[in-house]
Order: sequence, then structure tokens, then C-alpha cells
Amino acid sequence: MNQPTIQPTNQPTNPKIRIEHVSYTYDDKTVLRDVTLAVPAHAVTVFLGPAGSGKSTLLRLINRLNDVLDHTRLDGRIFLDDQDIYARGVAVSDLRRRVGMVFALPLPLPGTIRENILYGPRLAGLRDRGRQEEIVVRCLTQAALWDEVKDRLDSPAVSMSGGQQQRLCIARSLALEPEVLLLDEPTSGLDPISTSKVEESLFELKQQYTIIIVPHSVQQAARVADHAAFFLTGELVEYRPGRELFTAPRDRRTEDYITGRFG
Amino acid sequence: MNTSSRIRLSEFAVEALVRVAGFSTIGFVLLIFLFLLREGIPVFLQVPLDNLFGTRWYPTFDFFGTLPLILGSLLITFSAIVIALPLGVAAAVFVREVAPNWAREILKPMIEVLAGIPSVVLGFFGMSLVAPLIRTTLGVPTGLTAFTGALILAYMALPTLISVAEDALDSVPKSYRDASLAMGATQWQTIWRVVVPAARSGILTAVMLGMGRAIGETMAVMMVTGNAARMPTTLDSLFRPVRTMTATVAAEMGEVAQGSTHYHALFGIGIILFLITFLINLAAASAIFQKRRRGGLR
Repeated sequence: MNQPTIQPTNQPTNPKIRIEHVSYTYDDKTVLRDVTLAVPAHAVTVFLGPAGSGKSTLLRLINRLNDVLDHTRLDGRIFLDDQDIYARGVAVSDLRRRVGMVFALPLPLPGTIRENILYGPRLAGLRDRGRQEEIVVRCLTQAALWDEVKDRLDSPAVSMSGGQQQRLCIARSLALEPEVLLLDEPTSGLDPISTSKVEESLFELKQQYTIIIVPHSVQQAARVADHAAFFLTGELVEYRPGRELFTAPRDRRTEDYITGRFG
Repeated sequence: MNTSSRIRLSEFAVEALVRVAGFSTIGFVLLIFLFLLREGIPVFLQVPLDNLFGTRWYPTFDFFGTLPLILGSLLITFSAIVIALPLGVAAAVFVREVAPNWAREILKPMIEVLAGIPSVVLGFFGMSLVAPLIRTTLGVPTGLTAFTGALILAYMALPTLISVAEDALDSVPKSYRDASLAMGATQWQTIWRVVVPAARSGILTAVMLGMGRAIGETMAVMMVTGNAARMPTTLDSLFRPVRTMTATVAAEMGEVAQGSTHYHALFGIGIILFLITFLINLAAASAIFQKRRRGGLR
């Protein structure tokens, strides 16, 4: 286990997020152990690994969603555009507007499709009707949902299918015009067709956003990854451009995992 | 007798026992309802309706106007809910969403202890402490007013309201909070715009339970409201004595001649009270049902 972590060969010159020596314990259990990696802007970075490898936890640390938990301990630092997000005086809700998150289960909030999209912008104080309308159209289009729901924006969000709900959640995160989009197994509850729609929209979105995704399968990881990081029991094993990691893994454990020998 | 038939027999016995227990509960409720009807219906036949729903309750002179009693009950109940609802929801939100773990563990049992205070104790408390306070601070002739009753009833409804509302908040999935926080909402915005709306059917149930307790409450109300059967139609009625349906039945049942019109009238009040409670529950049920169909709730 003491092999040196293999860093990407093309260390991005302009990383959007830098994670430096991050360790994290929860209830005296170590979830992450000295993780260091840099996430490049305008690309899809995949956090890969078996259950309990710490990948989701790392994702939640990037927008400080684990702040609400008790009995945790975080060492190391996480930078967004060279700013330490855990520094004193950082406004957490501002950070979360810059770093959007989509969860494994589609979570439409109570209310209509339109209200769901506008939840974030309205919290941020947006009142202008025209601007609101613009946001609804832009976000639903970006999430490849506009054509399906444009005639029923005022019907309850829970009346949509699971796949539509998940794309609604992506659209809802986009409404805040975040810089980074974190996706935690966004297609785990979806059928193959909805999954491919979500993946397609990722290709569109990475032109504009920095995307980190915890995929729900190795195949999905291979399909979407520009860069891929493989985690095992809280350690970063290998982090390289996706094509290299999936075709020629350097670490034995990575190879075992992506060829399906465990996990 | 072999083992399997013994098991079958005990199975049969237990099933029969459970069935008898279940049906007899329904049976007793039905019997009570029938008794109420048998004793109460005659008054609707003996006394003309314009007298029965008149504005004067004066049984000695054959005035059986129940209107002041009905309005008295409604006035106190609604005032109590208006006082208890914001306090109760705020307390539930505090206990569930804001308070640190150690505080929650102290507060929850304490709230449940509050529910166990006998109503006569609260009545006594209202009579000897709240009423004089109201008389001196508001400068009204007597502290035994509808408002005093509403305060005491609000206090009585609070523990139920808080407990049920807190359960409702608790059943809102944690993922809702995550989703809202992830969009840059503050803790307060998350509570107010996501958690409380998602729990509103439970909160509505809490209000209805509180209301049910308030409108049926007798002892505390009788002790603090002054029991004057006047029409609470003037603006200052909230700060005047008032009499409720329950207090009337409790106060007069002991000295009424059995079988007299007055006796039947008291049961008639019971029927009216039953109908009102039934309507409240029906309204609550249909409100919850409608909202659920519109998809706003889960």
C-alpha cells in the first residue's frame, strides 16, 4: 500500500480545484487518507472506486456539504481557483452556488417544474420575470429536457418520469450558473436511454463547466472520463487521463478493478 | 393431541381474541353514539329550532339557545390555535432542525411531560395566576375571559402539536435538505422553503389534533372562562367571559332532572359538539387528500 501515488502525466497547467493532502475521519473511521489531486477546468473528471472508497465523501467535501455532520475531522486543504474553501470567512452558501451538486436519487423539491429550476436563483434574490423565464429555458435545454416538458412547466415535478426528474435536478443546479458541477452517481436509478441522454448532456456541459462525476459503473466512467482518479479504501491509487487509465493502468489494483476482478 | 393441531388451536384462539377485541371497540363507539342520539334527539323535536339556535341559554325559563355556547367554543378554540400554531411549529423546528443533539435529548422528554399535566392543574394555574395578570394588565373587569381560556388551551395543545409536527419534520428525507443546501440555500431558507412545506400535511394533522383536544377540553376551560353564556359578537368579546359547550354540559348535568327537556338539551349539545369535531376531521382529511393528489406533498 506504500506505493507512491501516480500523478497525471499531463498535470493541468490551470487547475480549477486543487485537493492537497486531504484526510477525513468520520466517527473515528478514516474515510480519506492523504489525497492530493488537481481537477482541470472544462473537462470531465471521474472519481472511480468500489463502495466505501471515499469518492462520494471527497465530492461532498468540495462543496462543504459534510459541514452539517458531527464528529468529523478534516485535514489538508481544498482550493477552488486558488482560494481555500475551508478558510475562515468563506460564505458556505456562496461556495455552494459556485459548486453545484446532483445526487444519486432524483430529488424534485415540492412544487412545479418551473419552481424547481428557479429555487436557487430566487434564493439568490432574482425577481425579474424575464430573467427567470430565460433561465428556465436555458437550463432545461442544457439538460436535454426542454422538448419534453416545455408544455407543462407548471405541473408538479413529481409527475415526471425518473429520468426526467434527474435531468431536472441537473437543470436546477445549472440555474445558479455554477463553475463546477459535482455529480454523485447521477444515473444510478435510470434506464439505459435516460442514462445516455444524461451522458450526452455532460459532453455539452463540459464546454462551459468543470465537471466531477462519481460514475455508477466502470463502463460509464470509461465513456465520459477526460481524467480519471481511482480510489481504494480512502486512498488515491492512480490519477491520469481517462484514455490511459482505462487502456493501460499502471497500478495492479486499478487494473483488477476496471477489469472487474473485484468491487 | 399432536403438536400441529395444538398450534392450530392456539392460532385460532388468538385470532378470535384479537377479532373480538377489534370489533368490540367499534361496537362500543357505536353504542355510545347511539346513546348520545337517543338522549339528544328529543330536544330537537320538543324545542322549536329558532329557540334551540337562539341567542339565549336560560334553561330555567325554557330558553335553549345554543348559539352563544357554540360561538364561545369556536372563539376559544380558534384563538387557541392561532396562538399555538406559530409557537408549536417554531418549537418543533427548533427541536428537530436547530437544536444541538444534547439539547434535543433534554427537550423532547420535557415536552412529553408537559402533555401529562392534568387539565385541572392548568385550570388552577390559569385561575390563580393568568387571570389576575390579565385583569391588571389589560384593565378588564374580570380576568376570567375567553382570552384566558385560549391561552390555557393553547398551552394544552402545544405538546401534542410540537410532538406531531416534529415527527412530520423528522420524516422529511435528509436528501431534501442536502438538495436545498447544495443550491446555496442557508439553513433557515432550507427549513422555511423546503422542510416545512414538505412536512405540511403532518403539520396540518398536528393542528387538527390540537384543535380536537382544545374544542373537547372541559375542566380547564370551565375554570378560567367565567362561564357567562353571552353572545361573543362584540369586538371585545375575546376579553369578556364566555361559556363553552363542554363547560355547560359539565356544569349543568349534575343538577338536571333526568328526562326533562333541559336534560335532552345537554345531550343535544353533545351531538352538536360531535358534529363539529367530525367536520373538522373531515376538512383536515380532505385537505390532505387534495394536496396529495396535486403532487405537492409526499
